[in-house]
Amino acid sequence: MIPGLKIGTKEEKVKRFYLNRRQKTLLTIVVATIILLSVVVGGAMLDQERIATNLNERNLPPSLKHLFGTDWLGRDMFTRTIMGLSLSMGVGLIGAIGSTSIALVLGMVSATMGKMADRLITWLIDLFLSVPHLVTLILIAFTLGGGFKGIVIGLMLTHWPSLARVIRAEVMQIRSAEYVQISQQMGKSSWWIAVHHIFPHLIPQLLIGFMLMFPHVILHEAAVTFLGLGLSPHEPAIGIILSESMKYLSSGMWWLAFFPGLCLLIIVRTFETIGENFRMLIDPTRANEK
Amino acid sequence: MQLEAKNIGFRYGDGPWLFQGVNFTVKPGEIVGLTAPSGRGKTTFCRILAGYEKPLEGSITIEGLPVPTRGFHPVQLIFQHPEKAVNPRWKMEKVLSEGEKPDPELLDLLGIEQEWLTRWPNELSGGELQRFCVARALGSNPHFLIADEMTTMLDAITQAQIWYAVLEIAKKRKMGIIIVSHEEKLMQRLCHRVVELKSF
Repeated sequence: MIPGLKIGTKEEKVKRFYLNRRQKTLLTIVVATIILLSVVVGGAMLDQERIATNLNERNLPPSLKHLFGTDWLGRDMFTRTIMGLSLSMGVGLIGAIGSTSIALVLGMVSATMGKMADRLITWLIDLFLSVPHLVTLILIAFTLGGGFKGIVIGLMLTHWPSLARVIRAEVMQIRSAEYVQISQQMGKSSWWIAVHHIFPHLIPQLLIGFMLMFPHVILHEAAVTFLGLGLSPHEPAIGIILSESMKYLSSGMWWLAFFPGLCLLIIVRTFETIGENFRMLIDPTRANEK
Repeated sequence: MQLEAKNIGFRYGDGPWLFQGVNFTVKPGEIVGLTAPSGRGKTTFCRILAGYEKPLEGSITIEGLPVPTRGFHPVQLIFQHPEKAVNPRWKMEKVLSEGEKPDPELLDLLGIEQEWLTRWPNELSGGELQRFCVARALGSNPHFLIADEMTTMLDAITQAQIWYAVLEIAKKRKMGIIIVSHEEKLMQRLCHRVVELKSF
Protein backbone atom coordinates (compact mmCIF):
# COMPACT_ATOMS: atom_id res chain seq x y z
CA MET A 1 0.00 0.00 0.00
CA ILE A 2 1.28 3.43 -0.84
CA PRO A 3 1.41 5.51 2.33
CA GLY A 4 0.52 8.70 0.48
CA LEU A 5 -2.80 7.19 -0.55
CA LYS A 6 -4.00 6.92 3.04
CA ILE A 7 -6.86 9.27 3.62
CA GLY A 8 -7.42 10.32 7.19
CA THR A 9 -10.88 10.13 8.66
CA LYS A 10 -10.82 13.81 9.50
CA GLU A 11 -10.22 14.68 5.87
CA GLU A 12 -13.11 12.46 4.83
CA LYS A 13 -15.43 14.25 7.20
CA VAL A 14 -14.43 17.58 5.72
CA LYS A 15 -14.99 16.18 2.24
CA ARG A 16 -18.62 15.48 2.90
CA PHE A 17 -19.35 19.19 3.22
CA TYR A 18 -17.01 20.17 0.44
CA LEU A 19 -18.49 21.85 -2.60
CA ASN A 20 -16.59 21.99 -5.85
CA ARG A 21 -16.22 25.19 -7.83
CA ARG A 22 -19.30 24.62 -9.94
CA GLN A 23 -21.49 24.07 -6.91
CA LYS A 24 -19.97 27.06 -5.13
CA THR A 25 -20.53 29.25 -8.15
CA LEU A 26 -24.12 28.09 -8.41
CA LEU A 27 -24.65 28.86 -4.72
CA THR A 28 -23.17 32.33 -5.12
CA ILE A 29 -25.37 32.98 -8.14
CA VAL A 30 -28.46 31.99 -6.15
CA VAL A 31 -27.46 34.26 -3.27
CA ALA A 32 -26.65 37.11 -5.65
CA THR A 33 -29.99 36.73 -7.42
CA ILE A 34 -31.86 36.84 -4.11
CA ILE A 35 -29.99 39.96 -3.01
CA LEU A 36 -30.43 41.61 -6.38
CA LEU A 37 -34.15 40.85 -6.55
CA SER A 38 -34.84 41.94 -3.00
CA VAL A 39 -32.95 45.19 -3.53
CA VAL A 40 -34.65 45.96 -6.82
CA VAL A 41 -38.12 44.93 -5.67
CA GLY A 42 -37.56 46.54 -2.28
CA GLY A 43 -36.34 49.75 -3.89
CA ALA A 44 -39.49 49.91 -5.97
CA MET A 45 -41.86 48.95 -3.14
CA LEU A 46 -40.58 51.25 -0.45
CA ASP A 47 -42.14 54.67 -0.75
CA GLN A 48 -40.55 58.00 -0.11
CA GLU A 49 -42.57 58.47 3.11
CA ARG A 50 -40.34 56.11 4.99
CA ILE A 51 -37.39 58.39 4.49
CA ALA A 52 -39.36 61.49 5.33
CA THR A 53 -37.77 63.49 8.10
CA ASN A 54 -39.18 62.62 11.51
CA LEU A 55 -37.51 64.71 14.18
CA ASN A 56 -39.08 62.68 17.01
CA GLU A 57 -36.99 59.64 16.04
CA ARG A 58 -33.58 61.19 15.52
CA ASN A 59 -30.29 59.32 15.97
CA LEU A 60 -31.81 56.03 17.07
CA PRO A 61 -29.46 53.02 17.18
CA PRO A 62 -30.47 49.86 15.29
CA SER A 63 -33.62 48.24 16.66
CA LEU A 64 -36.37 46.00 15.35
CA LYS A 65 -38.39 48.97 14.15
CA HIS A 66 -35.44 50.59 12.45
CA LEU A 67 -33.13 47.77 11.40
CA PHE A 68 -30.21 50.01 10.49
CA GLY A 69 -31.16 52.81 12.91
CA THR A 70 -32.09 56.36 11.96
CA ASP A 71 -30.01 59.40 11.02
CA TRP A 72 -29.86 62.95 12.37
CA LEU A 73 -33.10 63.84 10.60
CA GLY A 74 -34.98 60.76 11.77
CA ARG A 75 -34.91 59.01 8.38
CA ASP A 76 -34.93 55.21 8.39
CA MET A 77 -31.44 54.08 7.38
CA PHE A 78 -32.60 50.65 6.16
CA THR A 79 -34.87 52.23 3.57
CA ARG A 80 -32.21 54.70 2.55
CA THR A 81 -29.65 51.92 2.14
CA ILE A 82 -31.97 49.80 -0.02
CA MET A 83 -32.83 52.79 -2.18
CA GLY A 84 -29.17 53.74 -2.44
CA LEU A 85 -28.20 50.22 -3.44
CA SER A 86 -30.90 50.01 -6.07
CA LEU A 87 -29.71 53.31 -7.55
CA SER A 88 -26.07 52.16 -7.40
CA MET A 89 -26.92 48.92 -9.17
CA GLY A 90 -28.81 50.78 -11.87
CA VAL A 91 -25.84 53.05 -12.45
CA GLY A 92 -23.47 50.08 -12.32
CA LEU A 93 -25.54 48.10 -14.81
CA ILE A 94 -25.77 50.93 -17.35
CA GLY A 95 -22.09 51.77 -16.89
CA ALA A 96 -20.92 48.17 -17.23
CA ILE A 97 -23.11 47.47 -20.28
CA GLY A 98 -21.90 50.65 -21.96
CA SER A 99 -18.29 49.89 -21.17
CA THR A 100 -18.55 46.31 -22.41
CA SER A 101 -20.07 47.51 -25.67
CA ILE A 102 -17.28 50.04 -26.17
CA ALA A 103 -14.70 47.35 -25.43
CA LEU A 104 -16.34 44.97 -27.93
CA VAL A 105 -16.51 47.50 -30.74
CA LEU A 106 -13.01 48.90 -30.24
CA GLY A 107 -11.48 45.45 -29.77
CA MET A 108 -13.09 44.16 -32.97
CA VAL A 109 -12.18 47.27 -34.97
CA SER A 110 -8.57 47.28 -33.84
CA ALA A 111 -8.13 43.62 -34.70
CA THR A 112 -9.83 43.69 -38.09
CA MET A 113 -9.56 47.14 -39.65
CA GLY A 114 -5.87 47.26 -40.47
CA LYS A 115 -2.68 48.56 -38.96
CA MET A 116 -3.54 52.24 -38.58
CA ALA A 117 -6.75 51.56 -36.64
CA ASP A 118 -4.93 49.04 -34.50
CA ARG A 119 -2.12 51.45 -33.66
CA LEU A 120 -4.59 54.21 -32.81
CA ILE A 121 -6.76 52.05 -30.57
CA THR A 122 -3.81 50.40 -28.83
CA TRP A 123 -2.46 53.87 -28.12
CA LEU A 124 -5.84 54.91 -26.74
CA ILE A 125 -5.99 51.82 -24.51
CA ASP A 126 -2.48 52.51 -23.19
CA LEU A 127 -3.39 56.13 -22.59
CA PHE A 128 -6.47 55.24 -20.54
CA LEU A 129 -4.65 52.50 -18.64
CA SER A 130 -1.74 54.76 -17.74
CA VAL A 131 -4.00 57.11 -15.76
CA PRO A 132 -5.92 55.75 -12.76
CA HIS A 133 -9.61 55.17 -13.52
CA LEU A 134 -10.72 57.47 -10.77
CA VAL A 135 -8.85 60.50 -12.12
CA THR A 136 -10.29 60.16 -15.65
CA LEU A 137 -13.70 59.42 -14.20
CA ILE A 138 -13.64 62.58 -12.06
CA LEU A 139 -12.43 64.65 -15.03
CA ILE A 140 -15.17 63.37 -17.35
CA ALA A 141 -17.94 63.55 -14.75
CA PHE A 142 -16.86 67.06 -13.80
CA THR A 143 -16.70 68.23 -17.43
CA LEU A 144 -20.20 66.93 -18.09
CA GLY A 145 -21.51 68.79 -15.07
CA GLY A 146 -21.86 65.86 -12.68
CA GLY A 147 -25.25 64.37 -11.84
CA PHE A 148 -26.65 61.08 -13.11
CA LYS A 149 -25.77 61.69 -16.75
CA GLY A 150 -22.23 62.82 -16.03
CA ILE A 151 -21.37 59.92 -13.78
CA VAL A 152 -22.89 57.27 -16.07
CA ILE A 153 -21.10 58.57 -19.15
CA GLY A 154 -17.91 58.91 -17.13
CA LEU A 155 -18.16 55.29 -15.96
CA MET A 156 -18.83 54.05 -19.49
CA LEU A 157 -15.85 55.90 -20.91
CA THR A 158 -13.32 54.77 -18.32
CA HIS A 159 -13.82 51.07 -17.73
CA TRP A 160 -13.40 49.58 -21.20
CA PRO A 161 -9.61 49.51 -21.82
CA SER A 162 -8.54 46.24 -20.19
CA LEU A 163 -11.49 44.31 -21.65
CA ALA A 164 -10.88 45.88 -25.07
CA ARG A 165 -7.32 44.56 -24.94
CA VAL A 166 -8.49 41.05 -24.10
CA ILE A 167 -11.03 41.13 -26.95
CA ARG A 168 -8.48 42.49 -29.42
CA ALA A 169 -6.13 39.61 -28.64
CA GLU A 170 -8.94 37.06 -28.87
CA VAL A 171 -10.17 38.38 -32.23
CA MET A 172 -6.65 38.36 -33.64
CA GLN A 173 -6.23 34.75 -32.64
CA ILE A 174 -9.54 33.65 -34.17
CA ARG A 175 -8.95 35.68 -37.31
CA SER A 176 -5.79 33.74 -38.10
CA ALA A 177 -7.52 30.38 -37.58
CA GLU A 178 -7.70 28.14 -40.62
CA TYR A 179 -11.48 27.95 -40.62
CA VAL A 180 -11.72 31.73 -40.91
CA GLN A 181 -9.27 31.76 -43.83
CA ILE A 182 -11.30 29.02 -45.51
CA SER A 183 -14.44 31.07 -44.96
CA GLN A 184 -12.79 33.99 -46.76
CA GLN A 185 -11.91 31.78 -49.72
CA MET A 186 -15.50 30.55 -49.77
CA GLY A 187 -16.41 34.12 -50.57
CA LYS A 188 -17.88 35.20 -47.25
CA SER A 189 -17.75 38.91 -46.42
CA SER A 190 -15.76 40.12 -43.44
CA TRP A 191 -18.98 41.25 -41.76
CA TRP A 192 -20.44 37.75 -42.13
CA ILE A 193 -17.26 36.26 -40.68
CA ALA A 194 -17.29 38.70 -37.77
CA VAL A 195 -20.88 37.84 -36.88
CA HIS A 196 -20.83 34.07 -37.47
CA HIS A 197 -17.26 33.03 -36.73
CA ILE A 198 -15.72 35.58 -34.39
CA PHE A 199 -18.53 36.90 -32.19
CA PRO A 200 -19.67 33.52 -30.78
CA HIS A 201 -16.11 32.96 -29.52
CA LEU A 202 -16.17 36.27 -27.67
CA ILE A 203 -19.32 35.67 -25.64
CA PRO A 204 -17.57 33.99 -22.67
CA GLN A 205 -14.96 36.77 -22.54
CA LEU A 206 -17.67 39.41 -22.69
CA LEU A 207 -19.70 37.73 -19.97
CA ILE A 208 -16.74 37.44 -17.62
CA GLY A 209 -15.55 40.93 -18.44
CA PHE A 210 -19.00 42.26 -17.64
CA MET A 211 -19.29 40.33 -14.38
CA LEU A 212 -15.92 41.59 -13.17
CA MET A 213 -16.55 45.13 -14.36
CA PHE A 214 -19.92 45.50 -12.66
CA PRO A 215 -18.69 45.62 -9.02
CA HIS A 216 -15.78 47.79 -10.09
CA VAL A 217 -18.17 50.30 -11.64
CA ILE A 218 -20.39 50.36 -8.55
CA LEU A 219 -17.42 51.02 -6.29
CA HIS A 220 -16.14 53.83 -8.49
CA GLU A 221 -19.58 55.39 -8.64
CA ALA A 222 -19.76 55.32 -4.84
CA ALA A 223 -16.24 56.72 -4.57
CA VAL A 224 -16.86 59.63 -6.90
CA THR A 225 -20.19 60.39 -5.25
CA PHE A 226 -18.49 60.19 -1.87
CA LEU A 227 -16.03 62.83 -3.05
CA GLY A 228 -18.98 65.03 -3.98
CA LEU A 229 -18.40 64.98 -7.75
CA GLY A 230 -21.03 62.43 -8.72
CA LEU A 231 -24.74 62.13 -8.05
CA SER A 232 -26.48 65.14 -6.56
CA PRO A 233 -26.92 65.17 -2.75
CA HIS A 234 -30.72 64.78 -2.74
CA GLU A 235 -30.49 61.34 -4.34
CA PRO A 236 -30.16 58.46 -1.87
CA ALA A 237 -26.93 57.04 -3.29
CA ILE A 238 -24.60 54.96 -1.12
CA GLY A 239 -21.74 57.37 -1.75
CA ILE A 240 -23.86 60.28 -0.49
CA ILE A 241 -24.95 58.36 2.60
CA LEU A 242 -21.36 57.47 3.43
CA SER A 243 -20.00 60.96 2.94
CA GLU A 244 -22.79 62.55 4.99
CA SER A 245 -22.38 60.11 7.83
CA MET A 246 -18.66 60.87 8.13
CA LYS A 247 -19.55 63.99 10.13
CA TYR A 248 -21.51 61.96 12.68
CA LEU A 249 -19.10 59.07 13.14
CA SER A 250 -17.13 60.94 15.81
CA SER A 251 -20.27 61.35 17.88
CA GLY A 252 -20.62 57.56 18.11
CA MET A 253 -23.32 57.01 15.47
CA TRP A 254 -21.49 54.09 13.87
CA TRP A 255 -24.60 52.58 12.27
CA LEU A 256 -24.89 55.40 9.76
CA ALA A 257 -21.80 54.29 7.84
CA PHE A 258 -21.48 50.67 8.93
CA PHE A 259 -24.59 49.09 7.43
CA PRO A 260 -24.66 50.87 4.05
CA GLY A 261 -20.93 50.22 3.66
CA LEU A 262 -21.33 46.56 4.58
CA CYS A 263 -24.20 46.09 2.11
CA LEU A 264 -22.14 47.67 -0.66
CA LEU A 265 -19.21 45.43 0.20
CA ILE A 266 -21.36 42.27 0.19
CA ILE A 267 -22.81 43.04 -3.22
CA VAL A 268 -19.46 43.92 -4.73
CA ARG A 269 -17.79 40.81 -3.32
CA THR A 270 -20.61 38.54 -4.49
CA PHE A 271 -20.39 39.69 -8.07
CA GLU A 272 -16.63 39.60 -8.03
CA THR A 273 -16.69 35.99 -6.81
CA ILE A 274 -19.11 34.98 -9.54
CA GLY A 275 -16.98 36.63 -12.19
CA GLU A 276 -13.76 35.05 -10.91
CA ASN A 277 -15.35 31.60 -10.70
CA PHE A 278 -16.76 31.90 -14.21
CA ARG A 279 -13.34 32.86 -15.49
CA MET A 280 -11.71 29.86 -13.88
CA LEU A 281 -14.45 27.47 -14.97
CA ILE A 282 -14.29 28.57 -18.59
CA ASP A 283 -10.48 28.67 -18.78
CA PRO A 284 -9.58 25.09 -19.80
CA THR A 285 -6.12 25.24 -18.22
CA ARG A 286 -7.51 26.17 -14.81
CA ALA A 287 -10.87 24.41 -14.76
CA ASN A 288 -9.42 21.47 -12.81
CA GLU A 289 -8.42 23.62 -9.84
CA LYS A 290 -10.60 23.21 -6.83
CA MET B 1 -9.98 26.18 -67.90
CA GLN B 2 -6.27 25.88 -67.28
CA LEU B 3 -4.66 26.93 -64.01
CA GLU B 4 -1.37 28.59 -64.73
CA ALA B 5 1.27 29.96 -62.36
CA LYS B 6 3.95 32.06 -64.03
CA ASN B 7 7.27 33.08 -62.50
CA ILE B 8 6.01 32.85 -58.97
CA GLY B 9 8.34 34.14 -56.26
CA PHE B 10 7.63 34.39 -52.57
CA ARG B 11 9.32 35.09 -49.26
CA TYR B 12 8.10 35.91 -45.79
CA GLY B 13 8.98 39.46 -44.76
CA ASP B 14 12.61 40.21 -45.59
CA GLY B 15 13.65 36.57 -45.31
CA PRO B 16 15.40 34.60 -48.03
CA TRP B 17 13.39 33.73 -51.14
CA LEU B 18 11.47 30.54 -50.57
CA PHE B 19 11.24 30.04 -54.32
CA GLN B 20 11.54 32.22 -57.37
CA GLY B 21 10.57 31.84 -61.00
CA VAL B 22 8.28 28.87 -60.46
CA ASN B 23 6.12 27.87 -63.42
CA PHE B 24 3.32 25.40 -63.04
CA THR B 25 0.24 24.45 -65.02
CA VAL B 26 -2.67 22.14 -64.40
CA LYS B 27 -5.15 21.25 -67.09
CA PRO B 28 -8.78 20.44 -66.29
CA GLY B 29 -9.21 16.84 -65.25
CA GLU B 30 -5.49 16.43 -64.72
CA ILE B 31 -4.08 15.04 -61.48
CA VAL B 32 -0.66 16.43 -60.67
CA GLY B 33 1.56 15.41 -57.79
CA LEU B 34 3.76 17.99 -56.10
CA THR B 35 6.68 16.88 -54.01
CA ALA B 36 9.70 18.38 -52.27
CA PRO B 37 11.59 17.84 -49.02
CA SER B 38 10.12 19.41 -45.89
CA GLY B 39 10.41 23.17 -45.58
CA ARG B 40 10.81 23.94 -49.27
CA GLY B 41 7.56 25.84 -49.47
CA LYS B 42 5.10 23.27 -50.77
CA THR B 43 2.36 24.47 -48.49
CA THR B 44 3.16 28.12 -49.18
CA PHE B 45 2.98 27.44 -52.90
CA CYS B 46 -0.40 25.76 -52.43
CA ARG B 47 -1.63 28.70 -50.39
CA ILE B 48 -0.57 31.05 -53.19
CA LEU B 49 -2.38 28.95 -55.80
CA ALA B 50 -5.55 28.92 -53.68
CA GLY B 51 -5.42 32.68 -53.07
CA TYR B 52 -4.53 32.60 -49.35
CA GLU B 53 -1.31 34.53 -50.02
CA LYS B 54 -0.43 36.98 -52.76
CA PRO B 55 2.70 36.08 -54.73
CA LEU B 56 5.38 38.78 -54.55
CA GLU B 57 6.44 38.03 -58.13
CA GLY B 58 4.59 36.51 -61.03
CA SER B 59 0.90 35.84 -61.55
CA ILE B 60 -1.75 33.16 -61.23
CA THR B 61 -4.24 32.91 -64.06
CA ILE B 62 -7.14 30.68 -64.96
CA GLU B 63 -7.75 30.47 -68.69
CA GLY B 64 -5.47 33.51 -69.11
CA LEU B 65 -7.53 35.67 -66.75
CA PRO B 66 -6.50 36.71 -63.23
CA VAL B 67 -8.38 34.90 -60.47
CA PRO B 68 -11.18 37.01 -58.99
CA THR B 69 -10.35 38.15 -55.44
CA ARG B 70 -13.97 38.42 -54.31
CA GLY B 71 -16.49 35.64 -54.00
CA PHE B 72 -15.93 31.92 -54.15
CA HIS B 73 -12.37 31.06 -55.11
CA PRO B 74 -12.28 28.53 -57.98
CA VAL B 75 -9.21 26.87 -56.46
CA GLN B 76 -10.01 25.26 -53.12
CA LEU B 77 -7.40 24.03 -50.68
CA ILE B 78 -7.86 21.18 -48.23
CA PHE B 79 -5.65 21.33 -45.19
CA GLN B 80 -3.73 18.65 -43.36
CA HIS B 81 -5.47 19.10 -40.01
CA PRO B 82 -9.26 18.96 -40.37
CA GLU B 83 -9.83 19.73 -36.70
CA LYS B 84 -8.29 23.18 -37.25
CA ALA B 85 -10.27 23.76 -40.42
CA VAL B 86 -13.72 23.66 -38.82
CA ASN B 87 -15.11 26.11 -36.29
CA PRO B 88 -15.35 24.19 -32.98
CA ARG B 89 -18.53 26.09 -32.07
CA TRP B 90 -20.45 25.09 -35.19
CA LYS B 91 -22.42 21.92 -35.73
CA MET B 92 -21.37 19.94 -38.79
CA GLU B 93 -24.52 20.93 -40.65
CA LYS B 94 -23.50 24.58 -40.50
CA VAL B 95 -19.92 23.73 -41.42
CA LEU B 96 -21.15 22.03 -44.57
CA SER B 97 -23.45 24.85 -45.57
CA GLU B 98 -20.65 27.40 -45.44
CA GLY B 99 -20.18 26.99 -49.18
CA GLU B 100 -23.16 25.89 -51.20
CA LYS B 101 -25.02 23.00 -49.66
CA PRO B 102 -23.53 19.79 -51.08
CA ASP B 103 -26.04 17.40 -52.63
CA PRO B 104 -26.82 14.15 -50.77
CA GLU B 105 -25.16 12.14 -53.52
CA LEU B 106 -21.81 13.73 -52.71
CA LEU B 107 -22.24 13.05 -49.01
CA ASP B 108 -23.06 9.42 -49.77
CA LEU B 109 -20.03 9.05 -51.96
CA LEU B 110 -17.79 10.42 -49.21
CA GLY B 111 -19.44 8.15 -46.66
CA ILE B 112 -20.86 10.95 -44.52
CA GLU B 113 -23.76 9.67 -42.47
CA GLN B 114 -26.85 11.73 -41.81
CA GLU B 115 -26.58 11.48 -38.03
CA TRP B 116 -23.13 13.12 -38.08
CA LEU B 117 -24.71 16.33 -39.31
CA THR B 118 -26.18 17.16 -35.92
CA ARG B 119 -22.93 16.57 -34.05
CA TRP B 120 -20.23 18.96 -32.84
CA PRO B 121 -16.77 18.76 -34.45
CA ASN B 122 -15.19 17.27 -31.32
CA GLU B 123 -17.61 14.36 -31.49
CA LEU B 124 -16.14 13.19 -34.80
CA SER B 125 -12.82 11.54 -35.61
CA GLY B 126 -10.16 13.12 -37.80
CA GLY B 127 -11.10 11.00 -40.78
CA GLU B 128 -14.77 11.88 -40.46
CA LEU B 129 -13.94 15.56 -40.16
CA GLN B 130 -11.71 15.42 -43.23
CA ARG B 131 -14.63 14.00 -45.23
CA PHE B 132 -16.64 17.04 -44.20
CA CYS B 133 -13.82 19.35 -45.28
CA VAL B 134 -13.72 17.68 -48.67
CA ALA B 135 -17.50 17.86 -49.01
CA ARG B 136 -17.47 21.55 -48.06
CA ALA B 137 -14.81 22.35 -50.65
CA LEU B 138 -16.49 20.31 -53.39
CA GLY B 139 -20.00 21.58 -52.61
CA SER B 140 -19.67 24.80 -54.57
CA ASN B 141 -18.06 23.25 -57.63
CA PRO B 142 -14.45 24.46 -57.64
CA HIS B 143 -12.46 24.08 -60.85
CA PHE B 144 -9.36 22.88 -59.04
CA LEU B 145 -8.74 21.12 -55.77
CA ILE B 146 -5.45 21.17 -53.87
CA ALA B 147 -4.97 18.35 -51.41
CA ASP B 148 -2.16 19.48 -49.12
CA GLU B 149 -1.26 16.28 -47.25
CA MET B 150 -4.97 15.63 -47.16
CA THR B 151 -4.85 12.02 -46.00
CA THR B 152 -1.45 11.90 -44.30
CA MET B 153 -2.78 11.29 -40.82
CA LEU B 154 -5.53 8.85 -41.78
CA ASP B 155 -5.48 5.08 -41.82
CA ALA B 156 -5.20 3.21 -45.11
CA ILE B 157 -8.90 2.34 -45.45
CA THR B 158 -10.11 5.88 -44.83
CA GLN B 159 -7.45 7.18 -47.21
CA ALA B 160 -8.64 4.85 -49.91
CA GLN B 161 -12.30 5.78 -49.38
CA ILE B 162 -11.67 9.51 -49.54
CA TRP B 163 -9.41 9.31 -52.56
CA TYR B 164 -11.85 7.06 -54.38
CA ALA B 165 -14.63 9.58 -53.87
CA VAL B 166 -12.48 12.56 -54.84
CA LEU B 167 -11.20 10.89 -58.01
CA GLU B 168 -14.72 9.85 -58.97
CA ILE B 169 -15.96 13.42 -58.66
CA ALA B 170 -12.91 14.83 -60.45
CA LYS B 171 -13.56 12.56 -63.38
CA LYS B 172 -17.23 13.50 -63.52
CA ARG B 173 -16.68 17.25 -63.26
CA LYS B 174 -13.37 17.41 -65.15
CA MET B 175 -11.80 19.00 -62.12
CA GLY B 176 -8.02 19.36 -61.82
CA ILE B 177 -6.34 18.07 -58.67
CA ILE B 178 -2.97 18.94 -57.18
CA ILE B 179 -1.73 16.41 -54.66
CA VAL B 180 0.95 17.26 -52.15
CA SER B 181 2.32 14.27 -50.32
CA HIS B 182 5.46 12.55 -49.11
CA GLU B 183 4.12 9.12 -49.96
CA GLU B 184 5.61 8.12 -53.28
CA LYS B 185 3.42 5.05 -53.68
CA LEU B 186 0.25 7.10 -53.30
CA MET B 187 1.49 9.65 -55.82
CA GLN B 188 2.44 7.00 -58.38
CA ARG B 189 -0.94 5.42 -58.02
CA LEU B 190 -3.02 8.58 -58.31
CA CYS B 191 -1.15 11.14 -60.37
CA HIS B 192 -0.82 11.57 -64.12
CA ARG B 193 2.51 13.29 -63.53
CA VAL B 194 4.63 14.25 -60.55
CA VAL B 195 6.73 17.40 -60.34
CA GLU B 196 9.31 18.34 -57.76
CA LEU B 197 9.23 21.92 -56.48
CA LYS B 198 13.05 22.16 -56.62
CA SER B 199 13.30 21.31 -60.29
CA PHE B 200 10.94 23.91 -61.65
